[in-house]
Order: sequence, then C-alpha cells, then structure tokens
Amino acid sequence: MTPDLIYGVTGIAVFGIGLVGALCAQERLRRVLALKLCSVGAGFLLVVGAWREPPDTPDPVPHALVITGIVVMVSATAVALALIRRLQTLEAEDDA
Amino acid sequence: MTDPLVIFDLLLALAIVALAVAALSVRDLYAMIVVFVIFGLLSALAWVRLSAPDVALAEAAIGTGVTGALLLKTLHHLRFASGQRSVSMTPTIPVPTGVMLANAAFCGLITLGLAVAFLGAPSAGPGFDTLVAESMPASGVDHPVTGVLLNFRAYDTLMEVVVLLAAVVAVWQIERGLSDAPAPEMGEVWQGFARLALPAIVVVGTYLLWVGAEAPGGAFQGGAVLAAVGLLLLLTRAYVPQPHHRGIARGAFVLGTGVFALVALLVAGGGRVAFEYPLDHAKTLILLIEGMVTISIAVTLAALFHGREPVALRMEDRHDT
Repeated sequence: MTPDLIYGVTGIAVFGIGLVGALCAQERLRRVLALKLCSVGAGFLLVVGAWREPPDTPDPVPHALVITGIVVMVSATAVALALIRRLQTLEAEDDA
Repeated sequence: MTDPLVIFDLLLALAIVALAVAALSVRDLYAMIVVFVIFGLLSALAWVRLSAPDVALAEAAIGTGVTGALLLKTLHHLRFASGQRSVSMTPTIPVPTGVMLANAAFCGLITLGLAVAFLGAPSAGPGFDTLVAESMPASGVDHPVTGVLLNFRAYDTLMEVVVLLAAVVAVWQIERGLSDAPAPEMGEVWQGFARLALPAIVVVGTYLLWVGAEAPGGAFQGGAVLAAVGLLLLLTRAYVPQPHHRGIARGAFVLGTGVFALVALLVAGGGRVAFEYPLDHAKTLILLIEGMVTISIAVTLAALFHGREPVALRMEDRHDT
C-alpha cells in the first residue's frame, strides 16, 4: 500500500462527500463549504497524480495547477460569501 | 505492510474523511467552520506526505486560513443580520426525503465511477517531469514549482491574479449601497497579541516569498501570510479603512497584474515571445513579478475579508453618532 493509493481513495471520498453536501445541504454557508470540499478532493487527485516513488522528485506541473486552483477557489468563495451576505441583508430588510 | 508510515497514512486518511463528513453533518455552523479548518490543515499534512510542500503551504495559508476567516466573518454577519431570532438561516422549504436520497445515490454512483477509474488508471503515467527537469536551467530559478508557475506556465499565473482582481471588484460591487445596515462589529483581538505576532508574520511572509526561488514557498504563500497582517490590523482596529484610501487600495489590487503583464510585453520582441525572459535577467524579473504579485495578493485577500468598500463605513459612523 503506497501513499498515492491511500490518498487517492481519500480524495475521491472527500469529493463525493462534498458533492452530496453541495446538493443536499440546506444552509447556504454549508453548501459553499461543500463545494470547497470538492475542490480539496480534486486537489488530492492531482497531487497523487504528480507523486513518484521517493527517490524520484514529483511532477511540478500538477503542483502548480493545484496552487492556481486554490487561489481561484478562494476568489470564488469570497464572491459567493458576499452574495450570501447581500441576500441575508435583503431578507432581513424584507422581514422588518 | 508493517511500515509505521503506512499506518500513519491510513489514520490520517481516515481522519480526513471523517472530518469532511463531520463538517457537513455537525449542526452548529460555527462548529462546522472549526471542523473545516482542522480538515484543511490535515489535508495539508497529507500533501506533505505526498511530497508536495508548496501545495501544502498554499492550502494551509489560503485554502484553510483565509477561507476560514472569510467563512467566520460571513457567519458573524449572518447572525448579526438575522438578529436575536438568529440561527435558523435555512432558506426554509424542506427538500423531500426522496429527492435527497436520489441525489445522494447519484453522487454515490459518480464517486464510485471515479474510484473505478482511479484504481484502473496506470500508475505513474507519463508526466512533465523530464520536460521540466531539462528546461530548469533556462528558467532562472532553482525550484521547479516556481519555475513552472512564473516561467513555463506564466499565462496561467497571470490569469490567476486576474481572477483574484475580478473577485475583489465583484465583492465591492455586490456590497455597494448596503450602507443602511451598519457592518457588524467584530470581536476585538487583544492588541498585545497583534504587537507580538505582526513582526513575526511580516518576517515569515517575506521569507516565504524570497525562498520560493530555490525551495518550497513563493508569491502566493507569502502573500497569504502577509494578508494575515491586514486581517490582524483590521481586527485590532489598528487600521480602519477610510473612503479616501480607496484609490491606494485600487492601485494595490492592480499592481501585481499590471507589473506581470507589463514585464511579459516588454520582454517580447527581438525574436522572443511574451514571458520568454532573457536568461541573464530571468531571476531578477521573476523576483520583481513575485514581489509585486505578493503585495497585490496580500492587499486583495485582506480587502476580500473586509468585504464592502470603505465608503459604507463612513456612512455607518454618521448613523452611529
């Protein structure tokens, strides 16, 4: 059993959990977080794909892709959260 | 099989999956965010085990640290906006159990398909290892990931900085004109802690940026650590954004993208294409780009945390007095 097998299965499991959460979760905040879990799962698979048996160094291209993905994901999360805040404010005004 | 590291890997993998389930099933939203932060840090640890320290640093600093701060800030805002009746932020209409089960079943099928594809895939397929290793001397830096990010695939990185810029523009636009409701006050952070932590954070962030040329680190990790300076300054109210600071902030948002694009265009010509840095100056140019991008990332992430434009704050002050 090598780390790539263990963490590859972990990544797929995390992706699946995130997918269920994104579709089934009720609160908006939880749905955004579920999408973030999906992105971590995808990151796991790319990092696993870059892994080589220890004497060899890993493939740097997928690493760069995952770093790019992390930054894009934080941007998307920030916009989603701003939309949630705005929605909540509008709903609070409607109730008042 | 008796290798202790395999046992460690298995335990870590189990913990990661369990924390992912816990984050989605725990009832309290605050607990959900805390569980998510632990999940992110353990994922970063797993990526260290997969010999990807750069990715682990980025995930710990940006994917977990900054994202966690953003989530906590939003949760605070939601609880404030919904006042005392709070907690039930559910958009009400309950989804029928049948639909939920169907969704879960389809997600399970997709996951199963992915797992079959992953287990059936040839291990260690052809990658870009040799290609990158051959080209490293021409990149101007010694660390492969930095070489790929800032040289070989610099277009990707430029676009990534543009995405960050677009995000901050979008956030400012979305929250424009919300001045009627005062921004919720955040809890104070003890000033003494900030005084101790700030110099250390600045040193760590700058070090990460500098060391990126030959070891794990780089603009994104350094920028995220420096963004923590902005967060602390905002939380301790050592710095309160004023409307007339918007010009400076806009300049800082664009700085990274501008310098990056300018360098790319200036090196073009004379038989070279964009991003083909002349070898003698490659390291200097890469460090210049990285430095400016780091400043932009730090300011942008701090602005994303702050949320709305400072103009709203001014109005809120008037409401208070």
